[in-house]
Amino acid sequence: MRDFFSPSAGRGTPDPLALAAVGAGLAFAGIGYAFWRRMRNAETDRDDIATDAPHWTLDKPSARALFGKSVLVNRPRTDLFAAWKVERFPEFMENVVAVEPLGGGTARWTIKGPMGREVHLVNSITESIENETISWQSEPESEIANSGEVRFADAPAGRGTYVTLILAYDPPAGKLGRLGAKLLQREPEVQARRDLHRFKQLMETGEVTSNASPSARKSESPVEPHI
Amino acid sequence: MRAVTWQGRHKISVETVPDPEIVNPRDAILQITSTAICGSDLHLYDGYIPGMRVGDIVGHEFMGEVVEVGSGSTLKKGQRVVVPFTISCGSCFFCEKQQFSACDNSNPSETRDASELLMGHAMGGAFGYAHLTGGYAGGQADYVRVPYSDVGPVIIPDDLPDDDVLFLSDILPTGWHAAVNADIEPGDTVAVWGCGPVGLFTIQSALLLGAGRVIAIDHFPARLRLAKQLGAEILDYKQVDVREALNEMTGGIGPDACIDCVGMESHGFTPDNILDQVKAQYYSVTERPHALRQAILACRKGGRVSIPGVYGGFADKFPLGQLMEKGLTVKSGQTPVQKYSGDLLKMIQDGKFDTTSLVSHHAPLEDAAEMYRHWHGEQNEYTKIILKPGLEKGAIEAKKEMAHV
Ligand SMILES: NC(=O)c1ccc[n+]([C@@H]2O[C@H](COP(=O)([O-])OP(=O)(O)OC[C@H]3O[C@@H](n4cnc5c(N)ncnc54)[C@H](O)[C@@H]3O)[C@@H](O)[C@H]2O)c1
Ligand SMILES: [Zn+2]
Ligand SMILES: [Zn+2]
Repeated sequence: MRDFFSPSAGRGTPDPLALAAVGAGLAFAGIGYAFWRRMRNAETDRDDIATDAPHWTLDKPSARALFGKSVLVNRPRTDLFAAWKVERFPEFMENVVAVEPLGGGTARWTIKGPMGREVHLVNSITESIENETISWQSEPESEIANSGEVRFADAPAGRGTYVTLILAYDPPAGKLGRLGAKLLQREPEVQARRDLHRFKQLMETGEVTSNASPSARKSESPVEPHI
Repeated sequence: MRAVTWQGRHKISVETVPDPEIVNPRDAILQITSTAICGSDLHLYDGYIPGMRVGDIVGHEFMGEVVEVGSGSTLKKGQRVVVPFTISCGSCFFCEKQQFSACDNSNPSETRDASELLMGHAMGGAFGYAHLTGGYAGGQADYVRVPYSDVGPVIIPDDLPDDDVLFLSDILPTGWHAAVNADIEPGDTVAVWGCGPVGLFTIQSALLLGAGRVIAIDHFPARLRLAKQLGAEILDYKQVDVREALNEMTGGIGPDACIDCVGMESHGFTPDNILDQVKAQYYSVTERPHALRQAILACRKGGRVSIPGVYGGFADKFPLGQLMEKGLTVKSGQTPVQKYSGDLLKMIQDGKFDTTSLVSHHAPLEDAAEMYRHWHGEQNEYTKIILKPGLEKGAIEAKKEMAHV
């Protein structure tokens, strides 16, 4: 405390920061609230304009029927399209146990689900445009109804490719299943986002990034990734 | 192996933990020969960095000998290497632009979500520095796993002792990057807040990059003395009003560039800093940016502000209007270490940098807990500590001229 009262503390130019530190915050809060109310009322009768936002970003996340996520991958579109194939999915899709081709673009997927259960999907490719997009739709016998699309588009300025994954699905056993899956970090959205990053890592670095390393936490192993 | 672990605020302990292993093809394992404690470790120690977990192995400034390599590593067993604290893949958009600390692959999918939530985008990976930067074990240990070992590690010629090159891991490139970010023009006056290791390398770098004068600010006599030895003019902020002195030293216009080498734990009993400390205690804000505020107000109109000092989140009472009205340029960031490694190694060999005067202590890894206490509480006597896994417990070597202080 000595410094605070020493003569040097009061010397020199007045400090605008000291004034700011005193803070007149509360007085402004009331004015701010009234202002916000007025703005909000004015907003209800405005015209909407069509914008260029990707369709999967419209609406609040809680109101969306689908999930979409893009990543920049520093590789040509052709390489990435070629690598996006059923046989390689287990390399970067964390919870995919196996993908078994049934012929004619249909495949049976075994994935790790909530509570240590395995979930089976049967998906068929509905459209594939070379180096651009692959779309799929689940078959009636699939345990989770889902459809989706992966898109490959040139990124500007030679940066590689924008890879976009769009996913629509019925959560397993409704809201409860979704909650359970979320707790286990296996919710399809979370999983899809992570898998997309793993795809990027694999394509750019040749390996899936791992933070596996020792710690003093008995529950962890130095060869397994951790949160 | 033995490793220095974080056990909570102001709790560091040396524990026996499993050895690291090769996990990916590009990995290498090092046996550590030297590892330093950084000002950034102080932020962890004080509990200001979000995303630490009890049991984390700390340390991001280290070097050692390669003892194991994966099939994709370009290193060879027996080589001596210094490892950049930033973990960078070398092939993503950011690494190609040499913005290595922004690598988009090194923060794994397990930890990147939280980082993205807090920062807007997931940060690049770093050793021993919280789970927001990947949760990788650090190098204050007997051994460390180094991912992407074909990109980062700098191979060290046999004739260079550890002390000469260890700081290529962080504080030397950080000081250099801080000066580069200040866009120094010949003859410029550059003010540097903080004469810790980062500040001391910033002073040297600014002079090498053409600054006419460097004015360094701190309050520890021993640190100010080191700054003076390296060619800076010095100010003790306990003796003067820093802004008044800077104005009077520059004909009233202020320094052309101001560099914040203090970071989130500014010292000093000024009203704004006391308020910040109270708030930081209750975790409503993480920052105590008193030095940065002062740097912005001190800087000349149209000048540059460079911020190597680490901040973790939201700051209060940030002089935004002052920044705008004075037309300042701000540059910041974790250092893209790999960008500078080659050039800086060469400059060390050419004798351009004094890399050893600042080292006050060599201590055994086993004494890390005690060393963290000193590093935290006795910054005048402890100006840089190097931990050596090879030394017997208790074999602490203090530099002679420092020992009596
Ligand atoms: N950007 C990066 O990549 C990077 C890398 C390494 C370190 N850092 C950061 O740089 C900062 C400095 O690191 P260091 O190892 O030198 O730390 P340090 O704690 O040893 O040094 C900080 C110095 O600032 C001085 N100081 C405190 N308040 C001050 C004030 N108001 N005015 C002037 N000086 C003041 C202290 O007395 C001390 O000497 C830390 O925030 C650290 O985390 C950043
Ligand atoms: Zn450091
Ligand atoms: Zn990268």
